[in-house]
Amino acid sequence: MELGHIVVLAGGLSYEREVSLRSGRRVTEALRALDIPVELRDADSTLLDSLTNDPPDAVFPVLHGAAGEDGSIRDVLELIGVPYVGARPDACRVAWDKPTAKSVVRRAGLNTPASVALPKEVFHDLGAASVLDQIVSSLGLPLFVKPTRGGSALGASPVRDARELSSAMVGCFAYGDAALVEQYVEGTEVSVSVIERDGEPYALPAVEIVAAGGLYDYTARYDAGDTEFITPARLSPEAAERATDAAVTAHRALGLRDLSRTDLIVDAAGEVHFLEVNVAPGMTETSLLPRAVSVAGLDLGPLCRDLILRRFT
Amino acid sequence: MKQHSRTDAYTDRYAARAAGMVPSEIRALFSVVSRPEIVSLAGGAPYVSALPLDVIGDMIGELVAGKGAEVLQYGPAQGDVHLRERICEVMALEGVQASADDVVVTVGAQQALDLVTKIFVDPGDVVLAEAPSYVGALGTFAAYQADVVHVPLDEAGLVPAALRETLERLGKEGRRVKFLYTVPTFQNPAGVTLTTARRAQILEICAAHDVLVIEDNPYGLLGFDHEPMRALRADDADRVIYLGSFSKTIASGLRVGWVLAPHAVRAKLVLAAESAILCPSNFSQLAVREYLATQPWQEQIKDFRELYRERRDTMLEALDQLMPDGCTWTRPAGGFFVWLTLPEGLDSKAMAPRAIAERVAYVPGTGFYADGGGHRQMRLSYCFPEPHRIREGVRRLAGVIEQELRLRDTFGGVRPSDTDGVHTPGPDVV
Repeated sequence: MELGHIVVLAGGLSYEREVSLRSGRRVTEALRALDIPVELRDADSTLLDSLTNDPPDAVFPVLHGAAGEDGSIRDVLELIGVPYVGARPDACRVAWDKPTAKSVVRRAGLNTPASVALPKEVFHDLGAASVLDQIVSSLGLPLFVKPTRGGSALGASPVRDARELSSAMVGCFAYGDAALVEQYVEGTEVSVSVIERDGEPYALPAVEIVAAGGLYDYTARYDAGDTEFITPARLSPEAAERATDAAVTAHRALGLRDLSRTDLIVDAAGEVHFLEVNVAPGMTETSLLPRAVSVAGLDLGPLCRDLILRRFT
Repeated sequence: MKQHSRTDAYTDRYAARAAGMVPSEIRALFSVVSRPEIVSLAGGAPYVSALPLDVIGDMIGELVAGKGAEVLQYGPAQGDVHLRERICEVMALEGVQASADDVVVTVGAQQALDLVTKIFVDPGDVVLAEAPSYVGALGTFAAYQADVVHVPLDEAGLVPAALRETLERLGKEGRRVKFLYTVPTFQNPAGVTLTTARRAQILEICAAHDVLVIEDNPYGLLGFDHEPMRALRADDADRVIYLGSFSKTIASGLRVGWVLAPHAVRAKLVLAAESAILCPSNFSQLAVREYLATQPWQEQIKDFRELYRERRDTMLEALDQLMPDGCTWTRPAGGFFVWLTLPEGLDSKAMAPRAIAERVAYVPGTGFYADGGGHRQMRLSYCFPEPHRIREGVRRLAGVIEQELRLRDTFGGVRPSDTDGVHTPGPDVV
């Protein structure tokens, strides 16, 4: 089938807008290199009119953050009957909410760090000090605090000392109204991208992330030069297989479609711990999925084209 | 195939001066500011829509049709001589007597600042700057690896006693101060103006310590209440290097600024400019020259003043009515900015994502300090949004601050951990 008109959706109003625009340009260029007519569009108030007046063959959403990943934009695409690449809205909603996603993958047999998710009202109503004390005494230290929803490590921070917990919570609540506090598992940080080929999820090689200073934060993700990526990750063959299996299990258990990226920690014993999953993985020049694609000997353009073509088979 | 890579594969090759050039997540937040849903009180962009765009369009068309061979050609590194003469007329409004020979036209005053820093500052040299200071200057100083030492300001501008103390302390430490950088009039970001009495004191102190003064004066003609203040340069031609700009009085997109310096310094600046850009854009320079020669530019500045005065009034009125107790702010008599201080225990940078979620943007105060200060402050600009949007922006901001106060009361006013320093500014922040 010849693709006539594809819309890549990027930008939006989330904190990750800039990253999304860069991802969108990368996907657009990769598809254009295959002579596929692609339009790169922002998700703004003119979007619906444009999609209904001039319906594209398909939409490739590369929107990060809320709306893009919580299923809402995809709900709208379903409403107007435009095919799109990626997970369906109901699956997105489950994956987007980190505590819910953790419950689902735990039931599917994966390890995930013990955690508690609390809205900021709980701290207000019950008193922050006593709630924080209880968190530390139940979960121990170190901890990792992040917004229950959101990406790019915005609002996320490790806590090694109980006295740092309050400030980590305040930093987290700047990006969302609920916080996920989980046990910090020491180990190798890896990310496994999953793409579907011939109807089956297929894990790409695990990418190992070694952040200078140990924290893979927003700056380390997108701009600083000190973060190292090693692909495939330096894991034993057994641990590497467990990591890729875990990503495929998460993809299936969460009912995802086409592509996803799962972030994991592999501890010293080779055990794999699920952290979170991303239904609209970054596609920038420094993003993890494009790295894994290249190490797997694949090209981003044909891969994106094949994902689009899946809607028509 | 094993691949070992970095986010930036060129990291090991960069010069040491590039180490300070890092973006921040705040910059990422600003990527949403251009969307119409957001009321941006962040940017310092002048309201160029108030210009007679059709008239300027015709003027530029005629310029290219009539003088295209000159307009589209290289020009002298020092800039067009006739424009430099016009620039002297503009500076005369602030009491500055100058020769066109001592003016160097630059790509905005920002390039003037870059050239001045390039010729004077070695890595580790001390540069004095107001606390807070212009974010674009701090970015330039960081790029040249200067050690910025801040000197406090208050409602009357830079504090002379603090300047004297700082210079004495640095003298005892044996550290050489290369210059004082100051925006004395309608300061960016604080919106305050150095009083006439303090101007004399600052010049006297700098003379006593033999320190040069870089006077950055882009807003000088945009006062709301009286005739332009007398520039520092008007009273000390040997010690003060003056930076000027047409960005706020005509149009920022033309990128035409200038530096007025003593003869010897001017000669160095021309050489530095030549190696940086060969020459400033002839197209932009001749557009400005033509505009100044044929259009009622002083009337246009009056129009700008009225427009910005109305917006300043709207912002101050909205702040008076809507801000929670404990917030304080400056009351600018000109220029573009109000500097707001949050109640104890609040952090403007930590609050920024929540503000964006509520569809309002400001610049956190930390961007205006090289030493980690400014956590309780923010810069609010009234130059670009229309008055009803300013009011709406302040309303949203007040709501965000109320929420933060509640969070402070819950967690006891702790500050999120922070490793930020000076960041290169985007044009939307400058």
